[in-house]
Amino acid sequence: MEAIEFKVKWGMVINIDKCTGCGACMVACQAENNIAPMVDGSDKRMTLTWMLVYELSNGKPFPEHDIAYLPRPCMQCGKPSCSTVCPVIATTKDEEGGIVSQIYPRCIGCRYCMAACPYHSRYFNWYDPKWPAGMEKTLNISTSVRPRGVVEKCTFCHHRFMYAKEKARYNGEDPMDLPEDAYIPACAEICPTGAIVFGNLNNPEHKVAKLAKSKYAFRLLERLGTDPQVYYYSEREWVRRQGDNYLPHEKTKGE
Amino acid sequence: MAKGKSCVVLPFLIGFVGALIVGWGLFPKLLYSEKAQPIRFSHKVHVEDQGMACDECHTFREDGSFAGIPTTEECAECHAEVMGEDPAEAKFVEEYVNEDREVPWLIYQKQPDNVFFSHIAHQDFDCTTCHPDVGNSDTPPVYYENKISGYSKQTMKMWQCERCHAQNGASNACYVCHK
Ligand code: HEC
Ligand code: HEC
Ligand code: HEC
Ligand code: HEC
Ligand code: HEC
Repeated sequence: MEAIEFKVKWGMVINIDKCTGCGACMVACQAENNIAPMVDGSDKRMTLTWMLVYELSNGKPFPEHDIAYLPRPCMQCGKPSCSTVCPVIATTKDEEGGIVSQIYPRCIGCRYCMAACPYHSRYFNWYDPKWPAGMEKTLNISTSVRPRGVVEKCTFCHHRFMYAKEKARYNGEDPMDLPEDAYIPACAEICPTGAIVFGNLNNPEHKVAKLAKSKYAFRLLERLGTDPQVYYYSEREWVRRQGDNYLPHEKTKGE
Repeated sequence: MAKGKSCVVLPFLIGFVGALIVGWGLFPKLLYSEKAQPIRFSHKVHVEDQGMACDECHTFREDGSFAGIPTTEECAECHAEVMGEDPAEAKFVEEYVNEDREVPWLIYQKQPDNVFFSHIAHQDFDCTTCHPDVGNSDTPPVYYENKISGYSKQTMKMWQCERCHAQNGASNACYVCHK
């Protein structure tokens, strides 16, 4: 498949060493994107978590025992596995910025994309969303609500990108050259330790562009060739090693 | 023999003409219910007689978003009390200004929840490229509501948005207009 080269490429660098696993990103995401309270939160096959924090462990006994937390949004892959299998073109990667779209009214709920995504970033609506009486007043008008039977995923809070462009137009600035922090997703905004950094990977002035080139930066399952726009950062070798399937004799990337 | 033939054709002809009448004449009438604006607001009175500019009411906010239709509070800067003879004004002051309520205006262009639209990206275009000519009207046009979908008949369809985007070299990526 031919990948499109974009002038603007929104990306995230998540510093795993700074992440405390507090879950604020998950909460901010659910509120921002109108994800209804779960019917049964203990049944993980049925829940919707666009942003999900995984716990990693080095598997060693005390005193070498170490853990880490890995927040997982949609990777906005450069070569997405999901959009190529969609039979109805409900998900595409064709917009400047490189965010993979998900058009709910077009989606037929076949879930091929979910099977194709190596990151489990996609979720299916098993139930119609329901909010406890009164709570529907807290809904965000910027994100549309999804009915039962369609697939959804993290969009890097795409509506915030559109609003940032509107503001740039109002101020007579170039909407295609947004300054750092003019557009950031809810999870990056809320993160209390600043573990999630967001910006344009193609703009050398943005922090993400520098961080992504660090020798401690890695991407999940990088060798599949999906070319994700989400990078992780950890100075701990065992954490980086869990980012991909290494054979015992192989050296971890960045060593 | 000839007589028998015409008898076979006739029911089909009647059925065909009947279907045309129903499809072209009756069904659209049945499909759309006609609604009037809650207040007979005259653009002529405000724009021509009062010399107001469009962007005094239809403004952009400081973050670039479009404020749409003014709030009752903004109208009340002039309409704190009834000024004229017009019954529409009296109704507006009594039912909305005095009660501190917003008017449930009907939006001819109202788009579905999953559509993202930006006025500031289209500020080079005339309002009437997309809207009915409300700005010059004395009585607001009739609002046609689709009884099945609940949407306005005048809403711009996706192909219309896309055609203009294609003609002007604007992007037609799905996420430009959807959310
Ligand atoms: C700059 C002051 C001003 C503002 C702001 C203003 N109006 Fe008026 N409006 C007038 C004047 C003056 C008249 C004419 C009164 C007359 O002599 O009948 C009028 C007439 C009217 C009438 C009766 C004539 C008609 O249009 O059918 C209505 C209804 C009305 N206004 C509603 C509104 C609403 C709703 C708003 C807010 C969106 C608004 N006005 C904002 C000054 C204003
Ligand atoms: C006094 C405030 C005021 C001014 C000035 C004003 N408008 Fe309006 N406009 C309104 C109100 C109130 C409505 C809602 C009622 C209606 O649709 O008639 C409205 C509705 C509209 C709509 C319909 C939007 C839709 O899809 O439902 C258009 C188009 C519009 N105005 C254009 C204009 C233009 C063009 C001008 C300048 C020539 C203008 N307006 C000046 C108050 C104003
Ligand atoms: C390119 C097409 C286009 C142009 C040009 C345009 N509009 Fe609109 N307008 C729309 C669409 C589409 C909506 C519905 C937005 C929605 O429902 O999300 C809308 C909505 C509105 C509304 C209702 C907003 C609300 O409260 O929901 C007003 C008022 C309005 N337009 C006024 C204007 C005026 C005044 C102009 C000219 C200065 C203008 N528009 C130019 C397409 C356009
Ligand atoms: C009359 C022509 C025309 C029509 C009709 C039109 N557009 Fe546009 N639209 C444009 C042009 C030209 C641009 C590019 C503006 C720019 O780049 O500054 C644009 C830009 C946009 C943008 C901003 C894109 C960005 O990258 O920020 C959005 C959103 C949009 N249109 C949505 C719509 C929707 C939804 C409709 C239909 C309801 C629509 N447009 C109908 C001409 C049109
Ligand atoms: C230029 C703006 C624009 C673009 C680009 C665009 N759409 Fe739309 N789309 C709209 C508007 C406006 C509507 C609502 C009006 C209508 O139903 O036609 C809509 C409606 C739809 C609907 C029907 C919803 C319903 O309930 O009937 C589907 C499905 C859809 N779009 C899918 C897509 C897909 C898939 C893409 C990308 C290939 C796309 N759209 C690109 C503007 C756009």
